[in-house]
Amino acid sequence: MSHLAPQTEKNFKLMEQVAQKTGSDSKLETCIQCGTCGGSCPSAMDMEHTPRKLFALLRAGEREEVLSSNTPWVCVSCYFCAVRCPQEIKIPDVMYTLKSMAVAEGAYRDSTASDFSRTFVSMVENYGRSYELGLATRHYLRHFPLRLPSMAPMGIGLLSKKRLNLKPKKIQGIKQLNAILDRAKELEAA
Amino acid sequence: MSKYLYYPGCSMEGSGKAYHNSLMPVCEKIGLELQEIDDWNCCGATEYLGINKIPAYALIGRNLALAEAQSNGAQDIVAPCSACYLNLTKIDSYMAKKNGVDELINDALSAGGLSYEPGQLGIHHLLDLIVYEIGLDTVKEKVVRPLTGLRVAPYIGCMAPRYDYAKRWSDSEHPLELDWLLGALGAEVVDYPLKTHCCGGHMPQIGPDTAYELIHRLVDYAEEVKTDIMVAVCPMCQMNIDAYQNETNQHLGTKHKMPIVFFTQLMGLAFGMRERDLGFGSELVSAKEAIQKIGSEVPKKKRKKKDKFALPMPHPLGNGILKNGTNGKELILPTEGRARGGRA
Ligand code: SF4
Ligand code: SF4
Repeated sequence: MSHLAPQTEKNFKLMEQVAQKTGSDSKLETCIQCGTCGGSCPSAMDMEHTPRKLFALLRAGEREEVLSSNTPWVCVSCYFCAVRCPQEIKIPDVMYTLKSMAVAEGAYRDSTASDFSRTFVSMVENYGRSYELGLATRHYLRHFPLRLPSMAPMGIGLLSKKRLNLKPKKIQGIKQLNAILDRAKELEAA
Repeated sequence: MSKYLYYPGCSMEGSGKAYHNSLMPVCEKIGLELQEIDDWNCCGATEYLGINKIPAYALIGRNLALAEAQSNGAQDIVAPCSACYLNLTKIDSYMAKKNGVDELINDALSAGGLSYEPGQLGIHHLLDLIVYEIGLDTVKEKVVRPLTGLRVAPYIGCMAPRYDYAKRWSDSEHPLELDWLLGALGAEVVDYPLKTHCCGGHMPQIGPDTAYELIHRLVDYAEEVKTDIMVAVCPMCQMNIDAYQNETNQHLGTKHKMPIVFFTQLMGLAFGMRERDLGFGSELVSAKEAIQKIGSEVPKKKRKKKDKFALPMPHPLGNGILKNGTNGKELILPTEGRARGGRA
């Protein structure tokens, strides 16, 4: 087994772990490597690995490579792959699982996407609603400061057309919502 | 009047206001009474799911539970945003499988004194509700100003017809519901094979180059087939194509000026309602020239300076649609996936 030395036990279990986290009917293990997913994917060009390739790496237990891949972050959840996959694998759900694992383990290389998700989640946990202006300014200032000049006309346009609210709205049941989310997080960790 | 529980979703209060403002009078006209779900929360879009699964499911579950409690078991839910619709139907269908997910979600909900029994409420996208429950005949009856001669591209986007958890659409890749509806309004519906291709979703925020490319493809094809105006059924699609079109032009050196509005805005026009009551004028790529074709005017803004930040208007000569020559040089084939990638 010495040639497998770099592989840890964790790596061998990668496929199993991802499938199990995704849900009992992810069918991930049944991938036949046909490539239909990558061929259908509008984002494939910008992915480090097509979904097919990512799943091959998953099966091979290439944990670091899989969890640091930009693929799940570039996935736009368009479900093209999902409706075409001959094995009916829930590919977008697998992508969500990989994102959450990458976040939990800090394994992603570029934090733009994960920060966006986290900023979004913090808005929702604070207000119960998403808040476009707050989300955009926080995110763009941090990750795309150089884009701001070219975006300014759009921001001003949206503001002048009253399509951006200046203040977030908070739901009344924010405490109730957080009680639900806290319990859900406990269940997730269990 | 048929009553439905209305789940607006966060965009409807901000970037998608024109959708909200137009669907209200339109729904009333066709006999749809919308009762907003009290104190609904964000559905998490596609972001929460990538951080924590069970909390993301529970977030959506709270909305379903609130709706059920408010309904007395009698009414269905309608969501105008395709991403919200997808999330609601997805969690309802996952819970209905009774394979443990339902128990986890209900366990979480119980911490807030709520519970949800899946499968009790029908969940609709506003478009499917109008086409299948209200019916195109009713729609046609209300048309007083048919959209004759207006060339519209039915851009339904990806998240309404896919994954189709609620089994409501004629096809997941080439659904016809929006074509039918626009046809019922008297519009000339162009053949738009990219109708369910992605608008970029959250990519303008996290990988703008991908977003520019996706937006460019959609708009370029629409121009190629001489579209006057694109029609959206989702606030995210409308926002990406409308608000990021200028930035896309700057980055790709293109000159697109393709307006995109919500289907409910065109319904309202066809029903004879006033443009200003339908949210016209809030689009960044002006729909003015397009709707003038049917004798409509975008309401004027009081402030004159506005055009400093708006896109230039199409040239008075030439319809602003046709490009030089039609050799199809840049014609994007209606194939799936990346024409240039061919990756597998
Ligand atoms: S389409 Fe499905 S079976 Fe084919 S490679 Fe992709 S995931 Fe595997
Ligand atoms: S859901 Fe994601 S992986 Fe699948 S085709 Fe769409 S972008 Fe590609």
